Amino acid sequence: MHRRGVGAGAIAKRKLAEAKYKERGTVLAEDQLAQMSKQLDMFKTNLEEFASKHKQEIRKNPQFRVQFQDMCATIGVDPLASGKGFWSEMLGVGDFYYELGVQIIEVCLALKHRNGGLITLEELHQQVLKGRGKFAQDVSQDDLIRAIKKLKVLGSGFGIIPVGGTYLIQSVPAELNMDHTVVLQLAEKKGYVTVSEIKSSLKWEVERAKQVLEHLLKEGMAWLDTQAPGESQYWLPALFTELHSQEITAEEAKEAIP
Amino acid sequence: MDRFAWASGLLEINETLVIQQRGVRLYDGEEKVKFDTGVLLLSTHRLIWRDQKNHECCIAMPLSQIIFIEEQAAGIGKSAKIVVHLHLAPSNKEPGPFQSSKYSYIKLSFKEHGQIEFYRRLSEEMTQRRWENMPVSETIQITRGPQAGRTRAVGIVGIERKLEEKRKETDKNISEAFEDLSKLMEKAKEMVELSKLIANKIKEKQGDITEDETIRFKSYLLSMGIANPVTRETHGSGTHYHMQLAKQLAGILQAPLEERGGIMSLTEVYCLVNRARGLELLSPEDLVNACKMLETLKLPLRLRMFDSGVMVIELQSHNEEEMVASALETVSEKGSLTAEEFAKLVGMSVLLAKERLFLAEKMGHLCRDDSVEGLRFYPNLFMTQC
Repeated sequence: MHRRGVGAGAIAKRKLAEAKYKERGTVLAEDQLAQMSKQLDMFKTNLEEFASKHKQEIRKNPQFRVQFQDMCATIGVDPLASGKGFWSEMLGVGDFYYELGVQIIEVCLALKHRNGGLITLEELHQQVLKGRGKFAQDVSQDDLIRAIKKLKVLGSGFGIIPVGGTYLIQSVPAELNMDHTVVLQLAEKKGYVTVSEIKSSLKWEVERAKQVLEHLLKEGMAWLDTQAPGESQYWLPALFTELHSQEITAEEAKEAIP
Repeated sequence: MDRFAWASGLLEINETLVIQQRGVRLYDGEEKVKFDTGVLLLSTHRLIWRDQKNHECCIAMPLSQIIFIEEQAAGIGKSAKIVVHLHLAPSNKEPGPFQSSKYSYIKLSFKEHGQIEFYRRLSEEMTQRRWENMPVSETIQITRGPQAGRTRAVGIVGIERKLEEKRKETDKNISEAFEDLSKLMEKAKEMVELSKLIANKIKEKQGDITEDETIRFKSYLLSMGIANPVTRETHGSGTHYHMQLAKQLAGILQAPLEERGGIMSLTEVYCLVNRARGLELLSPEDLVNACKMLETLKLPLRLRMFDSGVMVIELQSHNEEEMVASALETVSEKGSLTAEEFAKLVGMSVLLAKERLFLAEKMGHLCRDDSVEGLRFYPNLFMTQC
């Protein structure tokens, strides 16, 4: 039986091939760029095929979108980096998230006067769904988070703050450091917080607690209730989920952009 | 595992689904059991496991069986797990897959992640113990047969059955889509590897690569969504695409900028441009990369970043420093102004009004009064009257 690849002869051949390869290695990028270009075309075809079968799945199924995004992240690919990317052009993922970004910006702007630029992910989700109307595609909280992460690059202060079991979305360039975040997390349970609670839960001195609370007041993210029984309460309108009296319509949201 | 009973997986009337997770394997104590790939559902009353391949195979256990739970972190080759310690099974338990077990705990292995959220929700349910407040009948067998007040249950069972079938159908489609997706990702991975190879070569051969080749490479990266590993900046981080885009933007934004006093925040631009496009929208990164090229391309707009990180597009003819002079006049007329008041007077967005006032302060024309009532700006009398 003829066996390939073994024996001294094969080893010598391999060594020769390696040496030649090293030589060619210096002839570099032109070759490889050409190779990449060819592979890119092939990949594009594969993606087109995939899109023709499963484009709807991505549009309609938030779970599938999560799988898709996770897999892209694992291999080091960002399908949302550019509207000109293959993913965006062929799967339409780009338009979905970029438009969502616009809707998120509009909602945040419309509600900023009330909550100082802080809003829970839940409320943002509700408002965005309302704005999209009943015939639009479903949008999950995961979708919102991904859209917001992309918006950060525009420099207008979009941030995601974990509190309780959920997230607060910041949409103004206010500086919120660890101290502020921790107080927000403390306030999440009841929607408000007091100086004594901060003292007992976080073991801070009164001065530190007061500084943080005053900063939140100044930014319009907290409201002061001096008539509360006992001591003053600092309420966070962002956490008023059940207490909405004012709701905005899609028109109002659009008008909020000057 | 002897605490589980066979179940239909359909929820009772007062029972609500809390969370579900695919890709969960079950362990009887330390031993793997045949239930190796299933959907784990947590309801207000029970823990339910349904085989992903055979939906008929479904088992459930009341949450009241659970004494306490703990997390077991993932290891190399091992998925993260939740260990669930259990009371002994009651004597009147319905039949299940195991008659007896030498262990008083089971493990839930999360092969497709989701353990963190599931643990959190399960802990919550264990704390709230909602099953105590909302009793449901033990099995569906008891509710069969129309009784007054029970007819609703039968109707709901019918609906749930339909939903179940739809789920099966969707699951099947998803499995196929998922398989195709995995294959596609394998190919994409090859592209990533190749691009790393080329990037390394470019780094090594700093001088020998032509501008053209670098630009070509960048556009390939753009198409695939691969981050540019080569930090050398020729024409910024942009490609031909971004150059074209920059020229387009200069055309589109001229009029809106003039309407808004020559300056707009990048977020406003993003919304304006994408709303106008309707389709084939720009990603935030596309916009930023295009705007970075405005000055090099000598277009009549420019990108500017303030100290706060806020980014704006200005007309070249716009001079923010001159605007500061008129801002000072406005503030002096009114004695003092907050950013909101100033914004309203001048007809700007609050974001940009703030930036202008900060700039005026930086240049020494305004003074701030920072109190809990808000941030107010006054003409800087220390400069003019001292």
